[in-house]
Amino acid sequence: MSAAQLSLRRRLRERGLDGVTLLVLPGVLFVLALFIYPFIYGLVLSFHPKQGGWLANYQKFFTEPFLYETIWLTLQIAVPATLLNTVLSVPVALRVRLMKRQKLLTTILVIPITLGTVMVADGLLTYLGPRGWLNRILLDSGITDSPVRLIHNYWGVMLSLVISGFPFTFLLTLSYVTGIDPALEQAGAMLGAKSRQRFFRILLPLLAPGLAITLALAFVQAFTVFPSAILLGAPAGPTRVISIVAYQAAFEQFDYPLASAIAMLMALIQIVIIAALLGARTLVFRGPVSTGKG
Amino acid sequence: MPIASRDFRELRLEGVGRDFGQLHALRDVNLRVKRGEFVALLGPSGCGKSTALNCISGLLQPTDGAIWLDDKRLDEIGPEDRGFGMVFQNYALFPHMTVRRNIAFGLTTQRRPRDEIERRVNEALALVRLETQGEKLPGQLSGGQQQRVAIARAIVVEPPLVLMDEPLSNLDAKLRLEMRAEIRRIHTMLGCSTIYVTHDQEEALSLADRIMVMIDGQPRQIGTPEDLYSRPTSADVAEFMGYRNLLTSPAQTVPGGVSVMIGGVQILGTPMAPINGKATFAIRPDDLHPTADGPIPATVEIAEYHGRDFYAVARGSEGEDLYFRSNKRVTAGEIVHLAAARERVLVFPA
Repeated sequence: MSAAQLSLRRRLRERGLDGVTLLVLPGVLFVLALFIYPFIYGLVLSFHPKQGGWLANYQKFFTEPFLYETIWLTLQIAVPATLLNTVLSVPVALRVRLMKRQKLLTTILVIPITLGTVMVADGLLTYLGPRGWLNRILLDSGITDSPVRLIHNYWGVMLSLVISGFPFTFLLTLSYVTGIDPALEQAGAMLGAKSRQRFFRILLPLLAPGLAITLALAFVQAFTVFPSAILLGAPAGPTRVISIVAYQAAFEQFDYPLASAIAMLMALIQIVIIAALLGARTLVFRGPVSTGKG
Repeated sequence: MPIASRDFRELRLEGVGRDFGQLHALRDVNLRVKRGEFVALLGPSGCGKSTALNCISGLLQPTDGAIWLDDKRLDEIGPEDRGFGMVFQNYALFPHMTVRRNIAFGLTTQRRPRDEIERRVNEALALVRLETQGEKLPGQLSGGQQQRVAIARAIVVEPPLVLMDEPLSNLDAKLRLEMRAEIRRIHTMLGCSTIYVTHDQEEALSLADRIMVMIDGQPRQIGTPEDLYSRPTSADVAEFMGYRNLLTSPAQTVPGGVSVMIGGVQILGTPMAPINGKATFAIRPDDLHPTADGPIPATVEIAEYHGRDFYAVARGSEGEDLYFRSNKRVTAGEIVHLAAARERVLVFPA
């Protein structure tokens, strides 16, 4: 082997490129084939409307209230669900961290992930329906006179998003919380900080970067809600989310370019929100959450 | 407001114990710490010394006994209301705050005026010689500097009592010596009462006014460093204090001491308690020397050069390992004749 070859290989290795780098190739191909290509295809397709100029699909979306209102409707569901799931996960994770039977509780909390949206929706329909257990208990015990409506409206979708979204935010938050050295809180206590001060001055600043990521992921999940919006919501009314109109454009009107344009707008909204969240993350501390060399 | 005032007379532990389920991590701790005193809790790992410290700090509730600061009962109030300073083994600095804000933390929870905080943080920074590092984050400092910040943060609130949990164990040997001197200097300057947990007997001997040796969750001896070094009251304390030669033999009280058997010969020792029949006796390697007419014959197995002296292990005629010091070169295989002065052979009842 010549000296030149050796030195090239060495130069590459010093830049972090060696045989192991090749292992990312399958992943890159996978992403290219199943994400980048369809995305570009959809983007291009959205600029080739059935009628009109190249921007006609977007003009149509923003001139028809039936379409553009879905952005607001979706945000009305997705933002509260995201905030609720994330905010709720913090105290639960803080408590679970201290528990002895952490694994058991974590397993119970995570079970909804394994069920899938449709099964959760089906369960809720039976359980919360007008003749379901909940309403029967409420009626028989005389707490209410008429059945409480929790399905086929906004609350049905919200409940489903919390049930299927909370395990995700909880698991993420738990991992961030357990990454914080418990000695930091003890040090805060020794310096006279009450639990409230310890939370806001020590835990929260250290959790903030992780919470930004959790918010971003939870938002994406909630913003793209589809099955539960149809099954548990009122898909013609208050839960006519943006993915429903994209679906209708594609598979009821067979207008793929319009559907693509709606999908692109969904992506754009998500990117803007995620960028804002991750941008806010750079404003707070982002170093390691423990000190010490030992 | 912290209930503890700087002017206390003494901290009292009365029969303090702590169980973890079936495990008695700590039992029967009785200790008085006077104002200004430096007390070390010394013991092997798992002996309960950190548990004892955490009971004093309030991070752990004792399951038995009571802790008093003068006439105030401490064990029923939380750590945030005790007003003690604490230095943690891994420093536990807040990684998202600058050095200044770390040190100021305790003052801000007391809602001190801003200019007072500023002044006292500056004083604390000067005390630990980190005047130029105030705006850095803890992650940008070396281990020794982080430890100084941790000390400054604990003492800036002028606590009546500073608790230190193995503060030097994460530092390298040279830095450990430096920081040891630093802790001594700060203690002398401020006179703050200190309880210091360590497993390093040298650290305890050099820093403390008094040492409490703990073994298996129980205090075994409380005394000055000199007491513990030369007059341990039991064989296991002696073992922990560096008496490496710990042998069991029949013992006989004779005029001028007790005679015990080592390497097949009889030597004289000093009884530390009434002896009858069997005894355990302890000799420091420093007190066992080869001499021309030493009574104990032994074969050198390993010899280590320690600069001025040699420390060596020899096998006695009964197969026992004998640790000794020699100021002359000894080599493996050589036969030496060891001797120990009567007053340096401590005999305990077995």
